[in-house]
Amino acid sequence: MLKLSWKNLVNKPLNMALSLILFALGVGLISLLLNLNHQIEQTFNKNLAGVDLVIGAKGSPLQLILCAMYHVDNPTGNISLEQSRAFLNPKHPLVSQAVPLSLGDSYRNYRIVGTTYDMLQFYGASLAEGQLWANPMDATIGAAVADALHLHVGDTFKSSHGLVEGIEEHEHDFTVKGILKPTGSVIDQLILTVTESIWESHEHQGTVDDGGLAMDGGHEGHEHKKVSPVTYDSLTIRQLAEQQRLELMEKTDQDITAILIKFRSRTNIQALNMGRNINENTELMAASPPNEIARLQTNLGLGTDVLKLMAWVIVVVSGLSIFISLYSSLRDRRYELALMRVMGGSPGTLFQLILLEGLLLAVLGYVLGIVLSHLSLGFLAGFMKNTYRYSLTGWQFLPEEIWLLGGALVVGFVAALIPALQAKRTDISETLARG
Amino acid sequence: MLSTNNLQYSYDGKAALRFPDIRCGKGEHWLLLGQSGCGKTTLLHLLGGLLTPKQGTVTVGDTALNSLSSSKLDKFRGKKIGIIFQMPHFVRSLTVGENLALAQRLAGVPTDKNRIEHLLDRLGIADKIRVKTDELSQGERQRAAIARALVNQPEIILADEPTSALDDGNTAEVVRLLEDTASEVNATLLVVTHDGRLKEKFAKRINL
Repeated sequence: MLKLSWKNLVNKPLNMALSLILFALGVGLISLLLNLNHQIEQTFNKNLAGVDLVIGAKGSPLQLILCAMYHVDNPTGNISLEQSRAFLNPKHPLVSQAVPLSLGDSYRNYRIVGTTYDMLQFYGASLAEGQLWANPMDATIGAAVADALHLHVGDTFKSSHGLVEGIEEHEHDFTVKGILKPTGSVIDQLILTVTESIWESHEHQGTVDDGGLAMDGGHEGHEHKKVSPVTYDSLTIRQLAEQQRLELMEKTDQDITAILIKFRSRTNIQALNMGRNINENTELMAASPPNEIARLQTNLGLGTDVLKLMAWVIVVVSGLSIFISLYSSLRDRRYELALMRVMGGSPGTLFQLILLEGLLLAVLGYVLGIVLSHLSLGFLAGFMKNTYRYSLTGWQFLPEEIWLLGGALVVGFVAALIPALQAKRTDISETLARG
Repeated sequence: MLSTNNLQYSYDGKAALRFPDIRCGKGEHWLLLGQSGCGKTTLLHLLGGLLTPKQGTVTVGDTALNSLSSSKLDKFRGKKIGIIFQMPHFVRSLTVGENLALAQRLAGVPTDKNRIEHLLDRLGIADKIRVKTDELSQGERQRAAIARALVNQPEIILADEPTSALDDGNTAEVVRLLEDTASEVNATLLVVTHDGRLKEKFAKRINL
């Protein structure tokens, strides 16, 4: 029976293709939206990393967060350590941990971040091989960077100015000292170094950049202590990080880009008011990642809701197209159906046959749609990796997609129901007599 | 084998058609002659159980058709009655062989490849087994239709104007094949026609 349904469909390839493509388009769009929504949310949430507050230059809070936490947007500007050093103090009464970030340079589209070992703790990163950065121009790179650029411990590279490739190169070489284990968070996509590396390359370049770090023109080349390279040691890492922060606090004539902050207690009223205090009373801006991301997701969500509605409309229209093509094929096949009755088929047989044709179309359309959606997700993933350095995957399947199959079957069933009933009621004698 | 008793049928709002009683024995070949419009096709549909008579009964073997439920009647027809129509139609998405297999399936008979091949060979269209029915010539289509009617070795074969679309040569050939294949399975054959060319070919005739 299934075979006959299938052959009937294939016998009218154009009709079948039209219904199938429409159906696949609708299902594919819904599945794509579901997956994108889910994966973006997942990525965002993973990279929230328990950050309670981001402090940076005044501008758009969302931009600051996208830049400092997700490393997709440009910085809002720089903040001087003079103004911001208090937040780096390990003895700050409200702040349990703070990560200073200095942005402005990149290597082949991967961002170079001047920071302290606090960064590792925030994202739960650990060394896969080699050592952590210790001296200027040391680099410890994320797993995805190592993978994509085929960098190994001991390799050297020249950074380029700005966050996108193609702008002039700095003359100093970075040396890869270590590679981090993959974490699935944004740290995989970063090149980590000491804050001084960023200052240094900009100092030698002698340029002042607007988006990245501004150089303090009067600054003289500073003395580097030759710190011995450090391998990862979870017991001392926090102490070292605090030491790094204390050292940074001394460089009051320098700038950084942003600070990520974790509170000692999230229920402390003072901590909760800290962001507002900063925004109202200082030249700095504080942004709360959960709030901004929630706002972003609501806005995105509205867009995806509209798209999802449209996709359902497409599915319904494709259901209609299945209905029409089945219904019109009935007229062509009236005699055939009557004949099947003559050959011993019951009215139920005809009902089944037409219903199966509708369901078969729906299932095929569903499968095609899912394949389409996951292929385009895979394609998008490649695109996202290149431009935004975010990894999506085409091979994650959601439980919602099973529901989608249910929905597809219902549409197929409803579309085929009336033609199937019609087939069931075929008056064989009259049809045959008319020839 | 095939008998009717006081058979009547009326279409909505029209005068009732009355049919003479028919008694055909097992293996006999009959010709039912009548002008167009006298209810030949109606009678054939009544005999095949495609129509339910307003009055009277049709009995096939020991079974009165009106005693069967709708789905039992469908199966009974598929198994015991082979019908050949004036215009041979098929399930167009299937090949000749698949159409015959479908006739077996729908009648609830297991698919018998040998039977199909034998029949097509017997009717001279063995090479068309894998050809879609749209690609057959008129004569070939009529033979394929005969093959389909005979595939389940029915007890009764009803043919409605099987030769009206054929030339003399094909007509003689089709009638010969009909009679031969019907005899092979010892089926009762009833040909309904207005075609005078068939008159001399059948000894047993009923005039409507």
